[in-house]
Amino acid sequence: MTPTQPASPDAVVRLSDVQKFYGDYAALRDINLDVQAGEKVIICGPSGSGKSTLIRCLNRLEVHDGGKIVVDGVEMDGDTKNLATIRSEVGMVFQQFNLFPHMTVLDNLILAPMRVRKCTRDEAKDIAMSLLERVRIPEQADKYPSQLSGGQQQRVAIARALCMKPRILLFDEPTSALDPEMISEVLDVMAELASEGMTMICVTHEMGFARKVADTMVFMDKGQIVEKAPTEQFFNTPQSPRTQIFLDQILSH
Amino acid sequence: MLNITRFGLLLTACLLLSGCAESNYTWGWHIVSPFDARGQTNLQFLMNGVFSTISVALVSITCSVILGLLVALPSLSKNKPLLFLSRIYVEVFRAVPMLVLILWVYYGVPVLTGLQLSVFFAGVIALALCDSAFEAEIFRAGLQSIEDGQREAADALGLSYGDKLRFIILPQAVRRVLPPLGNQFVYMLKASSLLSVIGYSELTRRANELVVVEYRPLEIYTLLVLEYLVLILLASWCVRKLEHRLARSDRTATR
Ligand SMILES: Nc1ncnc2c1ncn2[C@@H]1O[C@H](COP(=O)(O)OP(=O)(O)OP(=O)(O)O)[C@@H](O)[C@H]1O
Ligand SMILES: [Mg+2]
Repeated sequence: MTPTQPASPDAVVRLSDVQKFYGDYAALRDINLDVQAGEKVIICGPSGSGKSTLIRCLNRLEVHDGGKIVVDGVEMDGDTKNLATIRSEVGMVFQQFNLFPHMTVLDNLILAPMRVRKCTRDEAKDIAMSLLERVRIPEQADKYPSQLSGGQQQRVAIARALCMKPRILLFDEPTSALDPEMISEVLDVMAELASEGMTMICVTHEMGFARKVADTMVFMDKGQIVEKAPTEQFFNTPQSPRTQIFLDQILSH
Repeated sequence: MLNITRFGLLLTACLLLSGCAESNYTWGWHIVSPFDARGQTNLQFLMNGVFSTISVALVSITCSVILGLLVALPSLSKNKPLLFLSRIYVEVFRAVPMLVLILWVYYGVPVLTGLQLSVFFAGVIALALCDSAFEAEIFRAGLQSIEDGQREAADALGLSYGDKLRFIILPQAVRRVLPPLGNQFVYMLKASSLLSVIGYSELTRRANELVVVEYRPLEIYTLLVLEYLVLILLASWCVRKLEHRLARSDRTATR
């Protein structure tokens, strides 16, 4: 895949000429990106390059100002029904976990399935417990988020996103707020998800993880996609000098 | 217990004060003495006002909390006209003195609308309107203190606006605003004494009426002070109990 490749018809996420402005400042410019079902896309780039903005446009935490975003065949416009459909297909994991501090881990997980998917409490609980096993913390179900370590909290957050059975998962620097010794437990869970065929779009600076998991690497700078390439090619023979400089900096330490 | 020591101190202060009265003043505590037939009747008359004070304060604070919350809700949105309206509301009702609003509602509204308001109802309207401006400010601060991440997580999960408010934002905001809301309730208990001017038969009004009959202002108003003191110490004790109970179930996320 190269930036010039024509849009494929069966992409689950499709962005064409997406623009986003904060006042006069262009946070995103002419973003074109297709993501196939099951594809793992990892986005990297310097601070302020628009990575978060891009990923947050995909579930309308930010509203794009121009261009078109289509998720799973549904266009992201002002329509609230479309938005509800998209949000039920797209899960998100945040840098700061954003767990609900006044609820137990289990309640964090079952709230959305019960309120949005209209599951019964027991159904939701079954899903939640099986997901907590998958992220390897079933014994923490009745604790409050503040009683868990950062790594455990982030794994709960991943389970919470999975509870809605999304087709696409978004991660915005999921390990940046973690102590070093907890990073791998979260990355392991993510790698496992990836191997099970989940479509993932992930902003991260964990290049070892990217090499292992990503199908496609995207490098952003100043609100634009500078380079998009298959992982091997991206790391071995980056085309843009800006990508090269970035990779040199980030891989040198 | 802190409350009891505080109460004791005030009682001593009152006694000291009575000692300072003009030396030729003869105390007439018998008019409110529980060991005297007339005193008993008077005491009963005064104390009965307690229910009126509590009920009007409770109803008013309930209305004003609901009003205040509604007025504060626009602060969650970026809707300019709504924000402007809520701003105006707060500014207006914060500016009008409570006593003035009580008089205006009781004597003015019937002329304006032809509806005859009971003193209780007029009092509730006036107290609730005035107080709701402050409640709105308290709620606004509480709502805005909830981190953006909480809203974003709720949105990302696809929760509706109502569910987001009900399950995520309000439960956290209410825990944070409970102490100032408790203060407002105590304040409301005190402010209800203003309703004596429109003839609402609460503690203060009854004391005034008794003073006219017995002509013993010092004894009766001293007793009134004690009545409010007990009432308010009890109220703040209840509020604190409630806070503790919520605090125990509350957990704040550590980052
Ligand atoms: N709400 C906002 N208002 C104004 N400017 C904003 C806002 N959010 C982001 N920006 C700006 O948009 C640009 C892109 O921000 P974004 O958060 O997407 O960067 P990023 O690539 O995620 O950076 P980082 O690696 O630091 O997270 C930045 O220059 C930022 O200052
Ligand atoms: Mg970011």
